[in-house]
Amino acid sequence: MTSRKTEILVGLFVALAIAATLLLALRVANQGMSGSGETYTLTARFDNIGGLKARSSVKVGGVNVGRVERIYLHNTDLVPVVELTISSKYLDTFPDTSTLSILTSGLLGEQYIGLQPGFIFPEDIVRIEEDKVCETASLNDCPYLTDGEEIIDTKSALVLEDLIGQFLFNKGSE
Amino acid sequence: MNMIINYFAGLGRTTINTMSSIGQASLMLFGALFAFPTFKNIRLTILQMYVVGVQSLLIILVSGLFIGMVMALQGYTILVSYGAEGSLGPMVALSILRELGPVVTALLFAGRAGSALTAEIGLMKATEQLSSLEMMAIDPLRRVVSPRFWAGVISMPMLALIFSAIGILGGHLVGVDWLGVDSGSYWSIMQATVEWDKDILNGIIKSVVFALVVVWIALFKGYSCIPTSEGISLATTQTVVYSSLAILGLDFVLTALMFGIS
Repeated sequence: MTSRKTEILVGLFVALAIAATLLLALRVANQGMSGSGETYTLTARFDNIGGLKARSSVKVGGVNVGRVERIYLHNTDLVPVVELTISSKYLDTFPDTSTLSILTSGLLGEQYIGLQPGFIFPEDIVRIEEDKVCETASLNDCPYLTDGEEIIDTKSALVLEDLIGQFLFNKGSE
Repeated sequence: MNMIINYFAGLGRTTINTMSSIGQASLMLFGALFAFPTFKNIRLTILQMYVVGVQSLLIILVSGLFIGMVMALQGYTILVSYGAEGSLGPMVALSILRELGPVVTALLFAGRAGSALTAEIGLMKATEQLSSLEMMAIDPLRRVVSPRFWAGVISMPMLALIFSAIGILGGHLVGVDWLGVDSGSYWSIMQATVEWDKDILNGIIKSVVFALVVVWIALFKGYSCIPTSEGISLATTQTVVYSSLAILGLDFVLTALMFGIS
């Protein structure tokens, strides 16, 4: 009933469909490249997040190091809180004096979080090397950003209306 | 008085006919659904996959390529006036993955394979092959309808995936190779925008739904046609018309469910 040729052609058809799925998954959606692997979580409060969305990227000097996991409003302080997941490759890399700012890629592009690495005091380097504060159970003393830590120093998104308002105010006071 | 009674009689007859054909169609669908391709008739299903899937491949490849190329050309002329031609990749990818891939594949499939299924089964009925099968105690639902049903339902999502992939490559051909959009931004902004579960998986779900509907309509129209030459031609026409309307209507409903309400 089914000739050998038919079976081969159907097999090729199925293989082509699998190839198309792989192309869509790997080349188009980039599945499996990002999102996999170990991550750790940081939180940060902003005054205004502008157009930032969940899954926006976190970049250090343009290099992708993580994603925005979720955004919610703080219950009592009524400011937006952003939860970031950072790849574990960058554990014990960023000092806790690092700052976050919400930036825009291009004129009409999407918004992302720029992480500006801070610095480490010389006495902290001594503490890391001698007291091993980054290897103890409670990581509160570690001068690096660790899981669950909150970043204090943040800069909000630029809102065009505020900018224009400020400009007009400055013009008026001249 | 007589006119009113006739009116209600006509209304009743239409309702009963509609209901009974919906009932027959559902019975046939159940017969086909629960006659899974077993080891014995998997060969029949593979043969039908060759007929409805492999033989539809050429039209799917050519139309996918050209639709991707047209999308890139049209998108480029609009986007370049905003200096946003870097967004060509996500524009082509999202419109093909979410809408054009499943819908155009289903429309082409209804025209290419659905009409052929209806005509084939209709002619089998007209030449009393189906009755002969029943005489030999072979269930025509199991032997004739079910392999075609499963072959169509399996083939069409695969065709839609191939359509999407070739369409995106066609967009790359026009956008990057001819119009000079940066290849890196074509792929990387696409990768940043397209999500596996939201865009690709929803497209696959759409095309599975369309496949069920198209194959169901095609098989039922053939199975229940009036066994004359006019009857077969009417059934074939109805298959293409009803499937196309069902695809476009369902597409709106599915899109509203998947992307409309967040």
